[in-house]
Amino acid sequence: MGTMFARGLKRKSAEDGEDVEGGLAGAQAMPSYSLQRQSLLDMSLVKLQLCHMLVEPNLCRSVLIANTVRQIQEEMAQDGTWRVVAPQAAGRAPLDRLVSTDILCRSVREQEGERPGPDAGDGHTPDLVPGLATVPSAQALRSPQSSLWEVDSSRENRGGFQKSLDQIFETLENKTSGSVEELFADVDSPYYDLDAVLTGMVGSTQSGHGSGLQAFSSATAPPPSSSCRSDLGELDHAVEILVET
Amino acid sequence: MSNSGVSLADIISTVEFNYSGDLLATGDKGGRVVIFQREQENKSRPHSRGEYNVYSTFQSHEPEFDYLKSLEIEEKINKIRWLPQQNAAHFLLSTNDKTIKLWKISERDKRAEGYNLKDEDGRLRDPFRITALRVPKLKPMDLMVEASPRRIFANAHTYHINSISVNSDHETYLSADDLRINLWHLEITDRSFNIVDIKPVNMEELTEVITAAEFHPHQCNVFVYSSSKGTVRLCDMRSSALCDRHSKFFEEPEDPSSRSFFSEIISSISDVKFSHSGRYMMTRDYLSVKVWDLNMESRPVETHQVHEYLRSKLCSLYENDCIFDKFECCWSGSDSAIMTGSYNNFFRMFDRNTRRDVTLEASRENSKPRASLKPRKVCTGGKRKKDEISVDSLDFNKKILHTAWHPAENIIAVAATNNLYIFQDKVN
Repeated sequence: MGTMFARGLKRKSAEDGEDVEGGLAGAQAMPSYSLQRQSLLDMSLVKLQLCHMLVEPNLCRSVLIANTVRQIQEEMAQDGTWRVVAPQAAGRAPLDRLVSTDILCRSVREQEGERPGPDAGDGHTPDLVPGLATVPSAQALRSPQSSLWEVDSSRENRGGFQKSLDQIFETLENKTSGSVEELFADVDSPYYDLDAVLTGMVGSTQSGHGSGLQAFSSATAPPPSSSCRSDLGELDHAVEILVET
Repeated sequence: MSNSGVSLADIISTVEFNYSGDLLATGDKGGRVVIFQREQENKSRPHSRGEYNVYSTFQSHEPEFDYLKSLEIEEKINKIRWLPQQNAAHFLLSTNDKTIKLWKISERDKRAEGYNLKDEDGRLRDPFRITALRVPKLKPMDLMVEASPRRIFANAHTYHINSISVNSDHETYLSADDLRINLWHLEITDRSFNIVDIKPVNMEELTEVITAAEFHPHQCNVFVYSSSKGTVRLCDMRSSALCDRHSKFFEEPEDPSSRSFFSEIISSISDVKFSHSGRYMMTRDYLSVKVWDLNMESRPVETHQVHEYLRSKLCSLYENDCIFDKFECCWSGSDSAIMTGSYNNFFRMFDRNTRRDVTLEASRENSKPRASLKPRKVCTGGKRKKDEISVDSLDFNKKILHTAWHPAENIIAVAATNNLYIFQDKVN
């Protein structure tokens, strides 16, 4: 059976506040638009990070995901919801709420009725990173990634994040560049073969970063014989063409 | 062959008939090319007329390692394109992500016997022992099909090659990667001309890539290329050396009422094909195929829904990456019908004249050899009728990305993961 629905979803009991029972389609109450949008953004960032580490990133896929991220961020900046989700809600992993199918695929007109206004919000929080709500939209647009990651690290301190996302955002923080745009600056530079690592990471979200790195180091060493073989192969080809065999 | 434990290397990655339809080439993820040949009419075996059997198999590309970038280069064959036949041998171009190769496939059914300078087993004869000269005679032998690489066109693409297309002048061809298109001469391997370059000076500003490109079937100066933003540009090589400015720009205005975060992704064009007539072109995006009149840039003249029932599942398909699947499409020989693949081993055919469409399935379990294919139906909601399959039961791992239509007859080739299916109209 194809994986129609998000992998690794667990049903969690309903909690208070704005929250709803996340889970597979069939849930009675639908999460709000902004939460769905946030989870789509998180998912997209995870995808970008994964493909940033792939052997040869599929450029078309990366570009499409990056454009989606930009779209979401622009919209969030426009309606002023560019802020962290309330801490009490941070206890749940956003990936749980991937029932966003219905809402996110709805037309703009339907969504307009639901979207929160610039001041509205689901659960204002005093723990909001100071200054974030007042960041002018232009600035927010340019470095949305870094501010998102800073927010995430403070969230992490509150111990609310799903483990694998934490690890990914840690890695992201270590990069000097922060914006979506700069993801493509590295496209021409070398990557390491992390196929095996990523298969492991995606398959089991609980796999530690350490084990991933070990798999990485064993995967990068190319077998010396194959490289010699390819050299000889090219030479053979050249000779064949020259002598017209 | 069981479907469990499918070897990844056997996954078919491209399918292409030659100009006469007598040969059908497939390329796979393991870098191999398998060519099938249509059996000639044989009175003693009437049922075998029209059957395709293996003609030649060879390893086209091997995995490589790019030392400068510390990257592996996949051997997967992305595309195969045949050259028009000019003599007894057959020529085709096959490409992986980085290197295009011209292969010559030739038959050998005779061998020479009675050489003067060597024995039948190949040993050199002592010249002093030769007292008479003879003319070697050609004797028949078992048919041997040989494939040899005649040209290797390498080191011209920084990004992954997605398309190759032979020009109607039969001397040149184009190769396209994510950001550039190059023009080659078939005889010259050490240089190519760059005719399209959409790489931004600052890679951070990259928002659009090239997804497919094709030469016009008759006008050797015209080609088109499609983009990830759902647009097609038609370029004329006579206007300038670098075709950065298009002659025509095809884009359907977006329907604002159906806009979502996935709008751009599903508008990305995965394949573009000219009709045989050269008057139309067809584009495939995630949910539909569109037929365009080359004289009208503002919108397509036909839009056919492939699997509209997936529109409400886009978020899940984004999560499992299926939304990035690149489906191809093809025209029938007369341009009266078009075909494209879908999920669950389904493929769709649209008759442009009668406006009828049909969903068929390429699977061993559901069809017996020589039996007619039964049309399939996907139940989109409400009560599921007998024989219908519900959207939630579709297998998204069974995708038909590659299909091909015989240039003259109603024979189609459908690649379902590692299996190749060939269907034809029933003969009386």
